[in-house]
Amino acid sequence: MSSIVTFLLNLVILFPIGGAVLILAGAPARLTAIGIAVFNLAVSLLAFVSYDQVHSGYQFIGSIPVITEWNLRYTVGLDGLSLIMVLLTSIVTLAALWVTPKISKLEPQFYACLLLISAGAFGAFASLDLFFFYAFHELALIPTFLLIGIWGYGEKYERQAIAWKITIYLAVGSFVLLIGLIGIYQMAPMDARTFSIPGLQELARHGQLHSPHANSIYLFLLIGFGILISLFPFHTWAPEAYASAPTPAAMLHSGVLKKFGLYGLLRVALPLLPDAAKHWTGLLLLLLVGNIIYVGLATIGQKRLDMILGYSSVMHMGYIFLGIAAMNTIGLSGAALLMFAHGLSIAALFALTGHIRQQTGGTLLLSDLGGLAKVAPFLGFSFGLAAFASIGLPGFANFASEIMVFFGAFKNQPVASCCLGSFKITVVLALWGVVISAVYMLRAYRAVFMGDINKRWAGVQDIVPNLRWPVILLLGVLIVAGFFPQLFLNFLTPSVQAFFALP
Amino acid sequence: MPSVYLEIIVVLLGIFLLLFEAFVPGKEKSFLAWIGVAGLGIVLLLSFFVNVQADPGAGVTGYLQFYKADNLAIFFKQFALVTAIVVLIMSVEYKDVVSRFIYGAVPGAGLGEFFCLPIFTCAGLMWMASAVDFVLIFVSLELVTISFYILVSYTRRNIFSLEAGVKYLILGALSTGFLVYGITWIYGITGQTNLNRIALAMANAQGSETPLLFGISLVLIALGFKVAAAPFQFWVPDVYQGAPTPVTAYLSVGSKAAGFVVLLRVIPVFMTIPLVREKVAAALVVLAALTLIYGNLAAMPQNNFKRLLAYSSIAHAGYLLVAVASIGAPYSGGVEIVFYLTGYLLMTLLSFLVMIIVANNSGGDDIPHFNGLGKRSPQLALALLIAMLSLAGIPFTVGFFGKFLVFSAAIQQGHYSLAGIGIVTVAAGFYYYLKVVRAMYWNEPAEGARTITLAPGMKVVIGLLAVLIIVLGIYPQPILSQFQPGKAVTTIVMP
Repeated sequence: MSSIVTFLLNLVILFPIGGAVLILAGAPARLTAIGIAVFNLAVSLLAFVSYDQVHSGYQFIGSIPVITEWNLRYTVGLDGLSLIMVLLTSIVTLAALWVTPKISKLEPQFYACLLLISAGAFGAFASLDLFFFYAFHELALIPTFLLIGIWGYGEKYERQAIAWKITIYLAVGSFVLLIGLIGIYQMAPMDARTFSIPGLQELARHGQLHSPHANSIYLFLLIGFGILISLFPFHTWAPEAYASAPTPAAMLHSGVLKKFGLYGLLRVALPLLPDAAKHWTGLLLLLLVGNIIYVGLATIGQKRLDMILGYSSVMHMGYIFLGIAAMNTIGLSGAALLMFAHGLSIAALFALTGHIRQQTGGTLLLSDLGGLAKVAPFLGFSFGLAAFASIGLPGFANFASEIMVFFGAFKNQPVASCCLGSFKITVVLALWGVVISAVYMLRAYRAVFMGDINKRWAGVQDIVPNLRWPVILLLGVLIVAGFFPQLFLNFLTPSVQAFFALP
Repeated sequence: MPSVYLEIIVVLLGIFLLLFEAFVPGKEKSFLAWIGVAGLGIVLLLSFFVNVQADPGAGVTGYLQFYKADNLAIFFKQFALVTAIVVLIMSVEYKDVVSRFIYGAVPGAGLGEFFCLPIFTCAGLMWMASAVDFVLIFVSLELVTISFYILVSYTRRNIFSLEAGVKYLILGALSTGFLVYGITWIYGITGQTNLNRIALAMANAQGSETPLLFGISLVLIALGFKVAAAPFQFWVPDVYQGAPTPVTAYLSVGSKAAGFVVLLRVIPVFMTIPLVREKVAAALVVLAALTLIYGNLAAMPQNNFKRLLAYSSIAHAGYLLVAVASIGAPYSGGVEIVFYLTGYLLMTLLSFLVMIIVANNSGGDDIPHFNGLGKRSPQLALALLIAMLSLAGIPFTVGFFGKFLVFSAAIQQGHYSLAGIGIVTVAAGFYYYLKVVRAMYWNEPAEGARTITLAPGMKVVIGLLAVLIIVLGIYPQPILSQFQPGKAVTTIVMP
């Protein structure tokens, strides 16, 4: 069984790439893309069902040597942490491809770009090799550039400037990250060097990964990953890019791709450099408060729905950082679950916003909209659910995971004398973030869906039944995970415990 | 078969074509290029069967003291042959442009020498790959440079080509002067021109290092001219832009690779000399840093694709110099330079090939001439996209793997400053390479722009280069396994 899943897991990475090539060669674009997305979802569910929860740790491992003398191997495999990310990727990919409207120019290229982004995410989450983990993520950079530049919203020159900004910003981030990763590789003794993440972890456990530069290497990783995650103050690329990107691209990027950096912190930076991580905890706490409070307040000031969503997705990264900084079982599992929950909720919000934009001919100014729930009840209802999820109300996965993050951080007993009490202060500040998100989300909801309807929007149509399914899929998983978080925590918690060697 | 036969065959092929050209009737002579391609192809096949001899052994005399046929030499002979073959194919595609600038010539005529001279250059490059003595290094370098003087100004009614020719002649002669003068200083101190013997002679030297350092700096300056390292890069943009495009491609790949092979031979020797080791290493770091910064930043505002590629060639010289600066002592590695150059060959030749076709069809090689290429010829646009992404260094292309190797070596040697500069320059690279991608996909084609159709043979060459860029980017083992893992690519025999 396990070997079949390994084989299928390889296909999950290869099929989107192959699909992109086929589409460029002339295969029917939408049909091929959705077919591949359904296949990938099926395989992810199969992996989810057949994952052995008792023996946590890496499963479904398969590998091919690439450069033998450096121990560089193409390796796939899953543990609880990557399983949940693969699941998220497959769900959001299917939803994003499904809500894609009719594309008027260069349709094959559009779907090929989306599939490449998806392939990059699958590859990054399923790789157990440092090199491929990095390489797959960067594969998604250029499709994003093309998607925003060619099919993005807004004035031509404005959106082109935004596409440059995100591409160059992320290229810088990736290169900083690459230097950090090379640093990690070279920390091992000469004859034991390996790119294998489990292998490096084994070395770290035996105390063989040490270097006088460990702290600076971690800082490179933190900034590199931080740029990709939009850690304050490296977040300025994100809101504009999400506002200009075509709806499916915004869903994939904010829902899935941005989680790569967080996943990298959990998978690479923390376990391999635990002491350096403790060294920089104070800095991380400071920056994440920036994410939650500063960006949160900036969100309140936004006047367009898409910008609000873009900023809110930056702000919510702060909670996940908090869980990661806590470095204990409950905080880390909470962070992992929150990555999943946030990915689904932000994807749903962008999908629904995309529909509004289509109906109003591009207007998303809060002051121009109003009363849309009257003409489009399904739209209003589902947007409400997604907004509540995003705020973190009980019943949604976001609530369960945010609670875990707060508990985990509050429980933390930092050893370093510099940080005494700082976790508790941070948690208290971060809790205000929940209030802030309630303020902007509810205000946005009122402005868009409640009140008197503007005459211009009397002709707005509700979502057609066929396109309701992706929204139902996203929200359904959120609610299931909200009521039964145990479904995921059953394998997340043991994985996190085993992975970080925590009690 | 001794490997020197390869060079002899190539020279004979060149002489044969030159004589044949003089006596053959008719004006259209592009078949000469195809004979050349076939001949070089046969030599390329033969090169896989020559004797590899890492160490000429003690007691060799005469010519064999100058000449080494190790894996590195064989590899770069093949490299030169592949470059020359692609350049000849490009020349055929470019022939109408050349004839336009020759007085009274009908289209396609007056090109005999244009197809023969690259073969002589190729022979020079192949000799240089094997040269382990300053005398042979100098002679083969001159064979390359002198045939380039003619090629650069071949379109003699084009004022820019003439300007390029004059600039290349003057600065090339100047750098030759530096090289000879440097060699004489080194000879004066050590009494040797053979690289290995220089290392032996200076192994335990005492006293003042200034005279030796002076000689070495003159040699480094001359090689800096050849590889287009800042601050010796002034000739590059004008010469590259003015020269006929196939010649530009040849200059930027063949000539640069030859310079780096020579660096790979001489730098390890300087690194074994305790007197000058530290200072040479420091000079190389400065050279690499300047070249990286200048090449990448100056490329950003360029609006002409050929000029952009000229600056990009300076930028890539910078990355290669990072690897050279990381050779370090005790000498190790060098394989990253070989790999990077291989990748550079593939992506640069692909860019120039696509550029010639686009320029033939849109009447110019400014970046706006590439507008809407995604619609006019999706295949050509995809090939150029792959080339640009590889030059910028996106994973799963050969360009990324090259950068990865180079910066691994730099960090291994503790050159953190170079890695830090790399952050800025890689970002700059993304900007100027993606400018071309923007033109191809974001912008609409100009009014009345035709769709471009490709000849089947051209499709094969372009497809092959593009596929190799991706295959070697995922599976680089075929190149890396040419050399012993963890060992230096050139060896110095110490008693």
